Amino acid sequence: MSTAVATVPARPRQRRRRVRPARVILHAFLIFMVIVWLFPLAWAVFTSLRTYGDTALHGYVSWPNGLSLDNYKNFWVQADLPYYYLNTLVIVVPGVILTLLLASMVAFCCTQFSWRFNLFVLLLFTAGNLLPAQVIIVPLYWMYLHTPVPMLGSIDIGNFSFAIFSDNNLLYDQYIGIILIHVVFQTGFAAFVLSNYMKTITKEITESALVDGANVFRIYWSVILPLCRPALAAMATLLFTFIYNDFFWALILISHGNKRPITTALNNMQGEFFVNNNLIAAGALLACLPPIIVYILLQKQFVAGLTLGSTKG
Amino acid sequence: MNTTRTAPASAIKAPEAGALVASRKRRYSLLTRHDKLLLALMVGIPLVLDLVLIWGPTLASIVLSFTNWDGIGDITQKNFIGLKNYQFMFTGYTLFWPAFTHNVIWLLWLTFIATPIGILFAVLLDRDIRGSRIYQSVFFLPVVLALVVVGFIWDLQYTPTDGFINNALGLVKSGHIIDWLGNPRINLYAILVAASWRHIGYVMILYLAGLKSVDPSLREAARVDGATEVQTFFNVVLPVMAPINVVIVVVTAIESLRAFDLAFITNQGKNGLELLSILITNNSISEASLVGFGSAIAVVLLVISLVPIVAFLSRAMRTLS
Repeated sequence: MSTAVATVPARPRQRRRRVRPARVILHAFLIFMVIVWLFPLAWAVFTSLRTYGDTALHGYVSWPNGLSLDNYKNFWVQADLPYYYLNTLVIVVPGVILTLLLASMVAFCCTQFSWRFNLFVLLLFTAGNLLPAQVIIVPLYWMYLHTPVPMLGSIDIGNFSFAIFSDNNLLYDQYIGIILIHVVFQTGFAAFVLSNYMKTITKEITESALVDGANVFRIYWSVILPLCRPALAAMATLLFTFIYNDFFWALILISHGNKRPITTALNNMQGEFFVNNNLIAAGALLACLPPIIVYILLQKQFVAGLTLGSTKG
Repeated sequence: MNTTRTAPASAIKAPEAGALVASRKRRYSLLTRHDKLLLALMVGIPLVLDLVLIWGPTLASIVLSFTNWDGIGDITQKNFIGLKNYQFMFTGYTLFWPAFTHNVIWLLWLTFIATPIGILFAVLLDRDIRGSRIYQSVFFLPVVLALVVVGFIWDLQYTPTDGFINNALGLVKSGHIIDWLGNPRINLYAILVAASWRHIGYVMILYLAGLKSVDPSLREAARVDGATEVQTFFNVVLPVMAPINVVIVVVTAIESLRAFDLAFITNQGKNGLELLSILITNNSISEASLVGFGSAIAVVLLVISLVPIVAFLSRAMRTLS
């Protein structure tokens, strides 16, 4: 946790000393809230570390009779967890890269050049991202069921088989279909945030590069994108989490269990696979581990991504 | 459907034409024909995708809401039934008003309970107290969790006999078990607590960023004039935070309209957890194929969503231009 969420402006020192009793109350309140905030997570960790036999005998709210990682081991193996992580990875990585690519192109065209509809186009993208997904799902579902997509074989890793493009000639129930809707939906958000960032880059850079004879793609790729590295890093972190955590698109647009990302797979295990709360806790915690690791390592990027869109300008 | 899918293709001409028009200005004489084509492609490809996959379906939802189409075969003149879907939805469909009310409760809860707590955290942490960063990290942590995970984690608290809450309150021993997620009179509030756990951290971070941008000399001046911290916040800080307040109100409203995951995970959005978003998918996709009727509910959701969307866009227009 080497990164600060937000550094606060320093206040005069003697003031801090003067209000010390108030500070004690403030810290007491904050520490209490921290306990409240962490409790549900801590409880899940506690439950996951106890054996089912122990909790069945003494109840869940009882002193533990030995802790173990057995639930994690069992869940990892029995639930084919690595497979679902891989499914998520196959969706998230291309999703983030393509979103950043498309969004940065839109932002580049709309902020570095003035043309008649540039603001309108940006607003169209932004508004599209703000729509509840359920508003478009019915026609989208129909489109996914009726759009022909070529089948180009598959990539097989051990027992796992990942179709290239499609294995049923459709967009429905395909990795490519789910990647596509993530990319298009998130491009709206990312284009808005990146535009906010790019408009702070003076147009003279682009103009002088044009004078030097560079073509626009080269300017975009070798001049503007490197300048946007901080914003791109922040967006990548945020998009990773958004797409990783998605539930709705995967729920509706993927039907085969073996193509599910970890979020919908987890929900589907409810009832069938999860025979007790101990396993549920272990499963939920394993599923949310990657975003938590990303958050701990890249907290600054994460927060920067969220606030870029809301405070710039 | 075919009409909605070809329409966007013609709309793409707009930016191309725009780029060409711009070339008349002196500045853009630098752009070669090749450059203009490249620019048109760079903005055109994402735009076509956006129009086909987002705006096309949005318009299609509106058209479909006037039909009784079941998703099979072509839509013919006979499928168009005017406002009958809406009429049935508002008067005959018993789940619509409960779902609508639940969305409103969701909105009110997030607006008047969760959001103020998030703002309070931000205000408390926006000062040089020791450990401010750690507090922020903790309050923000739930925001990175998938809602499925949030649902499961809170399930461990709410389960009737094995859950923490009933045991801690001694209700299991005394035999007065409360079914937090099963009782239709309280389950909405139970999942709202879980939703708030996530929403509060989100609001806190947005608000902290806003507070950081407030000129410190404003507060200093207020302090010198003898204002208390509370007075300073309400009379000095809050007014200059107007732009971020708009963002937070919009984010809160949109979150409330999008609410789906927690209710679906808990009991597939039934028995007290009906939401507009869930009625749409249940009617048109997962349980029945009433495409027209589900679309009518989608249109209601769309119309309500336009209020926060327009509010956000009118602000974005100022910052982007």
